[in-house]
Amino acid sequence: MEMIVNPPQALSRAKDVDLMQTPKIVARNVNVHYGDKHALKDVSVDIGEKSVTAFIGPSGCGKSTFLRCINRMNDTIPSAKVTGEILIDKDDIYDPSLDVVQLRARVGMVFQKPNPFPKSIFENVAYGPRIHGLAGSKTELEEIVHRSLKRAGLWEEVKDRLGDSGTGLSGGQQQRLCIARAIAVSPEIILMDEPCSALDPIATARIEELIDELRENFTIIIVTHSMQQAARVSQRTAFFHLGVLVEEGTTETIFTNPTERRTQDYITGRFG
Amino acid sequence: MTKAIIGSPETRLRDAVKRRIAARYRAEFRFRLYGMIAIALTALFLLIVLVDILLKGLPAFTVHQFRFDVPVVLADIDPAKAKDPEVLRGADYQALVRDALRSHFPEVKDRVGRRRLDGLISSGASDTLRHQVVADPSLVGKTLSIAALVSADAELYFKGTGTAIDRKPGASTISVSGQEGPVTLSTSGSDFSEWAKAYRQRYAKLGEKLDAEVPSLLVALNGGLVKVNEISAGNISGEVLLPLKSAGDAQAGAWQLVTYLTPESNRRVKDREVAWLEALRAKGIVERSFNWRFFTSGDSREAELAGIRGALVGSALTLLVTLLICLPLGVAAAIYLEEFAPKNRATELIEVNINNLAAVPSIVFGLLGLAVFLNFFGLPRSAPLVGGLVLALLVLPTIIIASRAALKAVPPSIKEAALGVGASHQQAVFHHVLPLAMPGILTGTIIGMAHALGETAPLLMIGMVAFIVAPATSVTDAATVLPVQIYLWSDLPEIGFQAKTAAAIIVLLIFLFVMNGAAIYLRKKFERRW
Amino acid sequence: MASHIVTAFENELRDINRKVAEMGGLAEKSVVDSTDALIKRDTGLAQRVISGDTRLDQLQREIEDDAITVIAKRQPLAVDLREVVSAIRICNDLERIGDLSKNTAKRVLALKGEYQAPALLRGVEHMSEIVLEQLKEVLDAFGARDANRAMAVWKRDGAVDDLYTSLFRELLTYMMEDPRQITMCTHLLFAAKNVERIGDHATNIAETVHYLVVGEQLADERPKSDASSMTSVAYPKG
Repeated sequence: MEMIVNPPQALSRAKDVDLMQTPKIVARNVNVHYGDKHALKDVSVDIGEKSVTAFIGPSGCGKSTFLRCINRMNDTIPSAKVTGEILIDKDDIYDPSLDVVQLRARVGMVFQKPNPFPKSIFENVAYGPRIHGLAGSKTELEEIVHRSLKRAGLWEEVKDRLGDSGTGLSGGQQQRLCIARAIAVSPEIILMDEPCSALDPIATARIEELIDELRENFTIIIVTHSMQQAARVSQRTAFFHLGVLVEEGTTETIFTNPTERRTQDYITGRFG
Repeated sequence: MTKAIIGSPETRLRDAVKRRIAARYRAEFRFRLYGMIAIALTALFLLIVLVDILLKGLPAFTVHQFRFDVPVVLADIDPAKAKDPEVLRGADYQALVRDALRSHFPEVKDRVGRRRLDGLISSGASDTLRHQVVADPSLVGKTLSIAALVSADAELYFKGTGTAIDRKPGASTISVSGQEGPVTLSTSGSDFSEWAKAYRQRYAKLGEKLDAEVPSLLVALNGGLVKVNEISAGNISGEVLLPLKSAGDAQAGAWQLVTYLTPESNRRVKDREVAWLEALRAKGIVERSFNWRFFTSGDSREAELAGIRGALVGSALTLLVTLLICLPLGVAAAIYLEEFAPKNRATELIEVNINNLAAVPSIVFGLLGLAVFLNFFGLPRSAPLVGGLVLALLVLPTIIIASRAALKAVPPSIKEAALGVGASHQQAVFHHVLPLAMPGILTGTIIGMAHALGETAPLLMIGMVAFIVAPATSVTDAATVLPVQIYLWSDLPEIGFQAKTAAAIIVLLIFLFVMNGAAIYLRKKFERRW
Repeated sequence: MASHIVTAFENELRDINRKVAEMGGLAEKSVVDSTDALIKRDTGLAQRVISGDTRLDQLQREIEDDAITVIAKRQPLAVDLREVVSAIRICNDLERIGDLSKNTAKRVLALKGEYQAPALLRGVEHMSEIVLEQLKEVLDAFGARDANRAMAVWKRDGAVDDLYTSLFRELLTYMMEDPRQITMCTHLLFAAKNVERIGDHATNIAETVHYLVVGEQLADERPKSDASSMTSVAYPKG
């Protein structure tokens, strides 16, 4: 029986002060409008490198909107207008000279519902490296696929059936395949938009374990509706409400002793 | 306990609910019943149409031929001259076939009789003989066994639309006055008076003279056939149709009273022709075979020669043009509108107009084709190219709408996934969305093509209604298409064309079923659930 | 504070709080009664204190069970989590207080028929009064979720310790003076120690209240001035 271990350090007194000294992502006064709707209001936040940051908040609070600003996924929505500044390693990602395709290679994304391409497992992972020309030869490509699946903890389960369709896997496996697909292009940041909301607790635990492992190499931002999940996997937590970033701090503080009344009311289930 | 509850508000409420549930079940049952009735009616009408078409059309798929041994002795061609294909092609092969038929009835010497006899074979009866000889000139001088197509009237007779024949053995001895020409018959019994009595019940006009308004009576005796013209007491006179072998008496049971039940005036084949055809049939010369000619020959004024090859080729060429124009244009338009076009007034207007276009009556497209392609661009009339262009206009909205629906049905998560790993918008669409939408697009295209295949009105407008014998060889040749061919044939007065029309409809329906079946198969096979 | 969306959760937390309050009352009463019994040599009262302790034990088990159930079922966070944790800690302290009172009451039974020296009892009585005041105050602070009052209690614990040290010294002196009083004094010494331990538990509760309200553990050392473990009294010469 394999033990599914949740990161104990998430709630430990790990001091992450130095984590924030060189933030990976710096957002300043980010506003998002969908047509007339002001979806995100003046969000300013720093996100530390090689750590997990959780965005929590009620539905429609802007957490997913903000997440999708970081890889400019909002560009695909015609009515969306983003203002403000988001810097990744001091580069403004909304600079007109910045190539959005290049940005998305640096900022991978995992979606709420597992969405593997209806192709083989191999092709799913190989697609990103192939379009970016990351592999010079077939062997290199195989190497990348192998490594990505291994890092996503899926290799052992699929190594004998790489040619099978990705959609034939179980929900949890599909989501790990999506994570493998995201890390195959060697991003610096991985955005996860409620990655476990469609999964059972065991599959969720596997993903959480994976997130904790990936933290060594990637900066991870996870949007989640499960406060327990945020508490388990993240080092820092940001609480959004009605398009406003209400509070951001170490996960431990947010979940035991939040400063803001709204945060307290939300995480203790007192919203009325 | 129970007594206390009866009449309480709760019980009354419960009863009311029960009644309402029962009423709801009844309503549901009625609704299902109406649905089943509607479906049953539809199925019934469909069945009637299908059965009617099948009954009418299936006989057209078989054909009757005379099997003759024809010596290829051409009057103006000796074996030495036979080297010249022009001469060979121009020779009168029909005469050879005619002679072969006449050889079976040497007694027919009068001109009327000969013309009638010649009329039993089709004017195209010698086509195969001509092809054979032209292909192999060494056949000149040899005797060939050929199958000569029967005429349309003879064909109809063989398929049972001539007359029913009743044969009754004679009960007494009969004697005949001669072997040919007008003869008198005398019998010891009352066979003829009984016959007259039997048929007078239905035909009041039946008198001593048997005219064309009453069933024909013939006497088969001594290997010949005599048509009876008059039955009076003691004097039975008639005319020999098929010569008798002897003029002697025939004993009871050795001769027959033959009745052609349909009066002669009510049928196209007269008594003499019936006698010949029956004689030929008795000799085993009449063959029945599958009507390949229906698929291999073009249109003709002669029903037995007419085929749908021209129409099939025309339809194929027209649909090819339509497909080549529609598929790339329609899919490209759909992709642009669905994936790339900005959502604004202009694109909305275009969308609305595409939807409107799908509802425009097809005749309007025909007029448009006439005005634009023929009059303005000066493209050839009656050509599959123009037909294809017009049908493309007609089908384009259908394909665009179907393709857009198929593209829309691909979940956005797939596109997002591709964008998420850094694919450009175009890559995401062409690598992921389009392949997934392709089965839907193809289904829509096939249904659109089936629609185009059955379309008639716009093609009439651009002149594809012409009588064209030779199948088109290019998209600019004059041609006709299957539904137009059906329309043309249905208009012709000859009875032989009725079966042809029905047969052509069967072919068209089979094509439509196959295309729709292919669409359903594609949909089922590639249907995906997300 | 707004109530929870889930009413059952709200009720469960309220239930736990009610039981803690009940325990607080019982613990207070047992302290009062055991002191009274000691001073008045009332063995009947002492008996009642001893038997009353089972109720405290039972309540403590109930609170712990309830708290564990709430944690398992509701995964409380932030203030709710602190409420539940505090309830467990406080009920433990109160249970210990009950035990200590019971111990004192048992000594009343043991002292039956012993020589009485009211002067000896006064010190214990006085100390008991102070501790009782502390306990009352801290339970009120808990009820009112008042960290400041709780901290005031916490800071006053030094006085109890000082009192105990001097009482310890005094009782030692008595025993040296008159060996007949050794039994009495030893028991009193333990009773005094019990009272002092009750004071310590009161400060524990104060710390818990502080954690509950402020959300942070108290980092400072508690002002300990119980010097009895380092106290000795020289045997009088002659």
